[in-house]
Amino acid sequence: MSALSIGRRRKLKNAIWIAVCGLCAAGVAAVLLLIMGYIVREGIGAISIPFLTRLPRPTGIAGGGVANGIVGTAIIVGIGAVMAFPVGVLVGTYLAVYSHKRMAQSLSFVADVLAGVPSIAIGIFAYTLLVEPLRHFSAFSASFAFAVLMVPLVIRATEAAMALVPRELREAATALGAPESRVVLKILVVAARPGIVTGLLLSLARVTGETAPLLFTAFGSQYWELNPAQPMAELSLQIFSYAISPYADWHAQAWAGALILIVAVFLLSVLARLSILLGREGNSIGSAL
Amino acid sequence: MTEQAVASRLDRPSPPGGRSLRRAQRIASQCFAAALQSSCWLFMLVVGGLAAELIWGARLSIRTFGIGFLWSSQWNPVTQQFGAAPFIYGTLVTSVIALALAAVFGILAAIYLAEFAPRRVGTYLGLLIELLAAVPSIVYGLWGLFVLAPIVANWIGPALQKSLGFLPIFQGTIYGVNVLTASFILTLMIVPTITAITRDLIAAIPTRNREAALALGATRWEVASQVVLPAVHRGILGACLLAFGRALGETIATTMVIGNRPVISASLFAPGYTVASVIANEFTEATSDLYLSALIELGLILMVVSLIVIGLGRLMVRLFIR
Repeated sequence: MSALSIGRRRKLKNAIWIAVCGLCAAGVAAVLLLIMGYIVREGIGAISIPFLTRLPRPTGIAGGGVANGIVGTAIIVGIGAVMAFPVGVLVGTYLAVYSHKRMAQSLSFVADVLAGVPSIAIGIFAYTLLVEPLRHFSAFSASFAFAVLMVPLVIRATEAAMALVPRELREAATALGAPESRVVLKILVVAARPGIVTGLLLSLARVTGETAPLLFTAFGSQYWELNPAQPMAELSLQIFSYAISPYADWHAQAWAGALILIVAVFLLSVLARLSILLGREGNSIGSAL
Repeated sequence: MTEQAVASRLDRPSPPGGRSLRRAQRIASQCFAAALQSSCWLFMLVVGGLAAELIWGARLSIRTFGIGFLWSSQWNPVTQQFGAAPFIYGTLVTSVIALALAAVFGILAAIYLAEFAPRRVGTYLGLLIELLAAVPSIVYGLWGLFVLAPIVANWIGPALQKSLGFLPIFQGTIYGVNVLTASFILTLMIVPTITAITRDLIAAIPTRNREAALALGATRWEVASQVVLPAVHRGILGACLLAFGRALGETIATTMVIGNRPVISASLFAPGYTVASVIANEFTEATSDLYLSALIELGLILMVVSLIVIGLGRLMVRLFIR
């Protein structure tokens, strides 16, 4: 066999494999895009002002909405964020500042472990801790489950953002006589802020639409319920119960709900990426460098 | 960074001799350290509580059924007989199929994005796949139930039966909601994870390695397969483990498309059940303490298994990215 034909065979193999890889990438993106397109198509027809502003109605009666579910989602995620953000940012700061300590190493391990726990198991935890003893489903227990889901993400994002702050900045501040607390608050936190905000937004996107732990914590509701101590409606729970029902008009509402959910999650994800970009340009320390 | 910039950030250090100011600073420092410490302890307490609560909640079931819980296939709330085998079987089968499919497509797609694609295409496609990784599982479940399940029942199922019907896994009545549909949905959900991590791993390989191989006359595929992939294969294995862990714990999407029947059937066209799905479906309906305890024990098993899988995966990816 001549050298030329061997070369040709290698070139052919090269072309075939590049094509196969390209087809895989295009295929994956196409299937996922098709799914999203399908949801937009099905959902857009069922979205209307009443759908966004009214309470659910029984099947067969037109004009039902998911307003209580949208508000419920915001309340549950919001309370969860209030619980998760401070703890997550503080623990992440601890990991970044005292990375050499043994406590930090075990904390880092535990954060990794927690990030791997399936959400349904966290739902059971919230149930046995907050629902069973009180004998009452509640939005608060759902927020707690969400907080447990969010904390490891916030910790990792905070730690990673602070690890990127140049060591010289901290050393310069310390050399000027600033105590550790001030170095952290005025240098580390400020310089790492865009990264931290990104982490917070991504953690919100992660739990928005999470359904499994809500089944036995928030439980769902047909009514306007704004009291976190009561069972509360939630959008993804409504989608779930509408989807597994046998009624066509509820199926249409499920598609519309899914569309709202996707838009919310995409907005959060895009905002998260923007925050990093804007932070890089506008941050005062970043520009001083 | 100039010293002035730092100094202005610090609101100026306290003048020497300002004793009350220094004391205030010391107190602030102590408060700060205390806040950090206490939040760390709170975090540890919550995680410890999570493990303790699940073990405590499962104690009744563990005491009653012992280790046999894992391989008993009885699941009968009326006679109070509970065994995890059908759920463990369903979880493993769906996750393994999903991983096999997602690994092939996900890794090849990542190679394309990181090695072959024009830079712009790679960036945008990669961003798109990353965005799609954030889509909630309820959305995939909804699509699977109303679109994919009929496709599997009317097209994919019959086609597989016609061509590979001699295999026991492709025999029997074809249901729409079945183990195969659940595997497909899981595949779609974990492909972005594998693609995104693999792409990052490949991007971390220095360009000069590629240039050296190209200079020796290697084709681009030879560079990818003989220079890049061998350098990242352990990291890719880690990415697959992470995706596998996600598939094991996935709840809502599988619950909607697997058919929820606690039987062990060789056929992929038959309905099945997974550990996470049975918890989701029956937790609020558990009428006795033993029933609830058996469900909590299922949650405990799921948690331990996914912790091991995801822990290993994270370790391998982390070792590699550093």
